[in-house]
Amino acid sequence: MLTFTIRRLLLAIPTLLFISLIIFLLLDMAPGSPMSQIPLTVPLEVRLKMIEALGANDPIFFRYINWLHKFFVIEPLHVFDGLFGTTFAGDSLRELSWQSRSPVADVIAQRIPQTLTVIGMSYLLGILIALPIGIYSAYRQYSWFDQLGTFISMIGFSVPTFFTGVLLIVVFSVKLHWFPSIYDTTLKVTDWASFGKQVKQMTMPVAVLGLYNAAQISRYMRSSMLENLTQDYVRTARAKGLSERVVVLKHVLRNSLIPVVTVIALGIPTIFGGAIITEQVFKVNGLGQLLITAIYANDLPMVQTLTFIFAVLIVLFNLVADILYGILDPRIRYD
Amino acid sequence: MTDLAPMKLDEALKPPRNQWWDVWDQFKTHKGALIGAFVLGVLVLAVVAGPLFWRIDPAFIEPDAVKMIRSRNQGFSLAHPFGTDQLGRDMLARMIAGGKVSLAVGLVAMLISIFIGTTIGVLAGYFKRLDGPLMRMTDLFLALPLLPLLLVMVMLFRETLAGMFGPELGTFFLIVFAIGVTSWMQAARIVRGEVLALKEREFVLAARSIGTPSRRVILRHILPNVMSPIMVAATLGIASAIITESALSFLGLGFPPDFPTWGRLLFDGVEYMTQFPDRVIWPGLAISLTVLSVNYIGDGLRDALDPRIRGR
Repeated sequence: MLTFTIRRLLLAIPTLLFISLIIFLLLDMAPGSPMSQIPLTVPLEVRLKMIEALGANDPIFFRYINWLHKFFVIEPLHVFDGLFGTTFAGDSLRELSWQSRSPVADVIAQRIPQTLTVIGMSYLLGILIALPIGIYSAYRQYSWFDQLGTFISMIGFSVPTFFTGVLLIVVFSVKLHWFPSIYDTTLKVTDWASFGKQVKQMTMPVAVLGLYNAAQISRYMRSSMLENLTQDYVRTARAKGLSERVVVLKHVLRNSLIPVVTVIALGIPTIFGGAIITEQVFKVNGLGQLLITAIYANDLPMVQTLTFIFAVLIVLFNLVADILYGILDPRIRYD
Repeated sequence: MTDLAPMKLDEALKPPRNQWWDVWDQFKTHKGALIGAFVLGVLVLAVVAGPLFWRIDPAFIEPDAVKMIRSRNQGFSLAHPFGTDQLGRDMLARMIAGGKVSLAVGLVAMLISIFIGTTIGVLAGYFKRLDGPLMRMTDLFLALPLLPLLLVMVMLFRETLAGMFGPELGTFFLIVFAIGVTSWMQAARIVRGEVLALKEREFVLAARSIGTPSRRVILRHILPNVMSPIMVAATLGIASAIITESALSFLGLGFPPDFPTWGRLLFDGVEYMTQFPDRVIWPGLAISLTVLSVNYIGDGLRDALDPRIRGR
């Protein structure tokens, strides 16, 4: 198992390097640079010197290495310093956002909690709804519950989140005035009243994303259960005289959860991507919203860093899924 | 048992049936797929034939200022069944025009992604030497953050392409190409798996043993046999392409403002949704209905094209 994990870890490194190269090259082609913002009154020699000092004239390879160094060494050191009050990073040059002139890492660190609360809750909710529905649908295949469940999951899977979100706003904010349509990030949870407010403003985004996730996961759960329910070991278990409850919830469920757990792990990074839209709908100022505003403002360092963070998340959770699969299903570990 | 024999003889004497009739017979039993096909047919018909009957120009704004202000933000009326928008343009005409673009984007992007996916899948499955590199590449593409990259691609190349082909056609090319290039991986994996299995079958061996060159083995023997999974992937590809395009438009990084697509209409409607909620509901409903029916058709096709399920 250890060799399996190590091999997977080593394989992730070239993947990450390659993806970072793609992102770097793609954004390097972009028009606009920090140099275009130097006032025209600055003499040419000074301008050239500034360009040289910032390293904007170096060969592309050097700039790429430089960027990687910043992303993997300097910025983490600065974040570490900020957390524990150490001075490992010294006064090394940080990656600055062109929009706000503040370090990219700091801005991202400010936005992460909002994204994590909304997305984490919705993913959790999605899983909690999806598993029982998937299990019961498969156990009573073609019953009215199954028919209804597959129909609803098909709808949840087909209707894009930007439409469900807008629809919920129209119904519950505009018509019924139950929930606020805009997520208020400045809200601090201090007592029950503010907690209630927080729950209220989280309800709709979490419902939208949670439904979408539940639709996808319940489809996987159902088909995985169906596959396992017809296996020979199920008949053996029943023949032994085990109760139906033990057969389904112990024997079948455990085996069917294997692919579902991987799907859940694989889904986490795509949720970050999908949250770009939901955050935009409900004006949650999380990572996705940060990316959109950075794109609009042509803030390349921010876009570059965020895109790469999304890529790192994907590779990381691919790794987690692989390792989980190896732990849960010994047949996969071919070492 | 006794009456089975004459029936068999009867069947044997009948001219052989095309296998697509069997597929259709199976497809018909899937109720959701049938309804989906019907709904999609109606939507396509409305979008294609709609301009013939509904002759209002979707970009028409009253040139007279007073008339224009009066014609803004109307609700339901006979002259404008879907009302008018903030500039007095007819919403029904805009929905029809938007549907044309949305469906065209879905179709063309799907064709590109299926073409790339099939090519890579067949090459990887058929030629052992290419298998490793091509599949590594597929894995790499699967690890890319697609929506952020799509947004970045649109941001970077919109101006350039708009300069080359004009704002509408340029954006169309860009979006179709970007979606196609980022969505071929599933198709490639499925096709590769099928080709790997097919390659070991006797008919391929027979074709090879009489000296058929690889190119013709692929085109004559392999490709027709991987058509079913490709068709299913293609159907589902249309749905995801339409969703991606509307998501891009919804984020304001799709088509230019005066060029309607369903996603763009939804995006424009959001600003006015507190007063005129129907302006977001119609485009959203159109997108959702299209995607839902395409997904159901895909489900039905998968069942119908699976010979293990067919005829049961």
